[in-house]
Amino acid sequence: MALDWQPIWLTLQLATVTTALLLIIGIPVALWLANATSRFKPVVEAIISLPLVLPPSVLGFYLLLAFSPSRALGKFLSENFDLQLVFSFAGLVVGSIIYSLPFMVQPVQAGLEAIPSSLKEASYTLGKSKLETLLKVILPNIKPSLLTGMVLSFAHTIGEFGLVLMIGGNIPDQTRVVSIAIYHEVETLDYASAHIYSFILLILAFSILLSVYLLNKRLVKAF
Amino acid sequence: MIQIQIQKSLLMAEGKLNLDVDFRLEMGSFCTLYGKSGAGKTTILKILAGLVQPDAGFIQVNDQVWLDTAKNINLAPQKRNIGFVFQDYALFPNMTVRENLVYAAQSKEDLSAIDDLLQRASLLSLADRKPLTLSGGQQQRVALVRALVRKPPILLLDEPLSALDLEMRQLLQDQIYQLHKSFGTTTLLVSHQLSEIYRLSDQIISLDKGKVIAQGPPAEIFGKERLSSKIQLVGEVLAIKKSDVIYILDVLIGNNIIKTVATEDEVTNLQPGDTVTVFTKAFNPIIKKR
Repeated sequence: MALDWQPIWLTLQLATVTTALLLIIGIPVALWLANATSRFKPVVEAIISLPLVLPPSVLGFYLLLAFSPSRALGKFLSENFDLQLVFSFAGLVVGSIIYSLPFMVQPVQAGLEAIPSSLKEASYTLGKSKLETLLKVILPNIKPSLLTGMVLSFAHTIGEFGLVLMIGGNIPDQTRVVSIAIYHEVETLDYASAHIYSFILLILAFSILLSVYLLNKRLVKAF
Repeated sequence: MIQIQIQKSLLMAEGKLNLDVDFRLEMGSFCTLYGKSGAGKTTILKILAGLVQPDAGFIQVNDQVWLDTAKNINLAPQKRNIGFVFQDYALFPNMTVRENLVYAAQSKEDLSAIDDLLQRASLLSLADRKPLTLSGGQQQRVALVRALVRKPPILLLDEPLSALDLEMRQLLQDQIYQLHKSFGTTTLLVSHQLSEIYRLSDQIISLDKGKVIAQGPPAEIFGKERLSSKIQLVGEVLAIKKSDVIYILDVLIGNNIIKTVATEDEVTNLQPGDTVTVFTKAFNPIIKKR
């Protein structure tokens, strides 16, 4: 029996791209939340945290409607950018970013809130801009939080199923990630392949979490 | 000449405080902001540094206006060129001692002066250590020289010695004074320790509840009540013991326990833990160097 490795590569690709983009999106969002005094802050926090409690199928259903080429947003994207977000890899990336956003934002926000404001102030009085302060003082001092955010986002993206099924379907090489492949193998009664896929995911998830705890212990010691 | 005039309402632990101060400082002077905690001392430093915005105010340093709320002028902290030593030192934990100083440097001259600064603060041997592995006194010295790397004309010190023991404090007082002299900075120190203030400053601004209540040289400010032929000590009552018709009081003054005699009238209403003033008149103290 030859196992199709494509779902595994696709899953790792999706998780890597999602995590990288989440890092770029999540840090500014967390920065805003950590410093915000606006009365809209709780609203924004609630929206970002929605994927924690909402069934993935609900999120997937709304995204499916929004991305559909017959609706405003989907039409706009497909006409102006030739971007097809339904049943495509790009759509999975967008969905995963929304789905895993709280897993990036929450640890980073907590890290930013725990850092004494005098560090930031000291950097300003030494003539450093906000950006330089962020890159050289703030972010290096919340490494454990950044690492936690990245690993949780990566692992959470690997584990998603309902959302992928709703907006991605089950297209080989396009949207068939491991979790979908397992469902597919079980449906076609190929239990052997389902076993292998499941076991790979189990080991992957465990080793990711183990490495984050080991690394965090070392990082905390280093300070 | 530095001219500072600020108003801000603050929410302190003790309640609302209206900070309303107006004072001038000579360039090159060493001035101490003195007052109880909650008097608004730290806030004044932060407003001067541009880290806190006052409700209304005007700050001018020599010919340069840093803040004028009436004209909407407000220089960013980055552009004010001040050295700030924070109460918690605010050393960057991700950088070594030397990297902390290198980060502060703005020019090649600043960089080449770093070894000299480390040497002066006896930190050369610790240059490659991370700040959190250093003692409080060492961290304080790093914070002080880091604030001086850019050779700022103004140095702001926010209770820099409050977390240190007596011996270390005296050592660092000398160091602060020497650096102040050799860099020719205008130094503004926040402190409520009299010995520190007396040794270091040539100007004192005494604050109470957000207002300046006195400004002048230390001898003038403290001279009126604190320095006289009377000796007056404040201490805490540790124990009251009855002995025949009199009472023996153990009073903690500084680090010394003094036994003193009291009459029954004096000890009524007194109990251990109370703060008392012990004074004696017409005495001729003998002073001996230790």
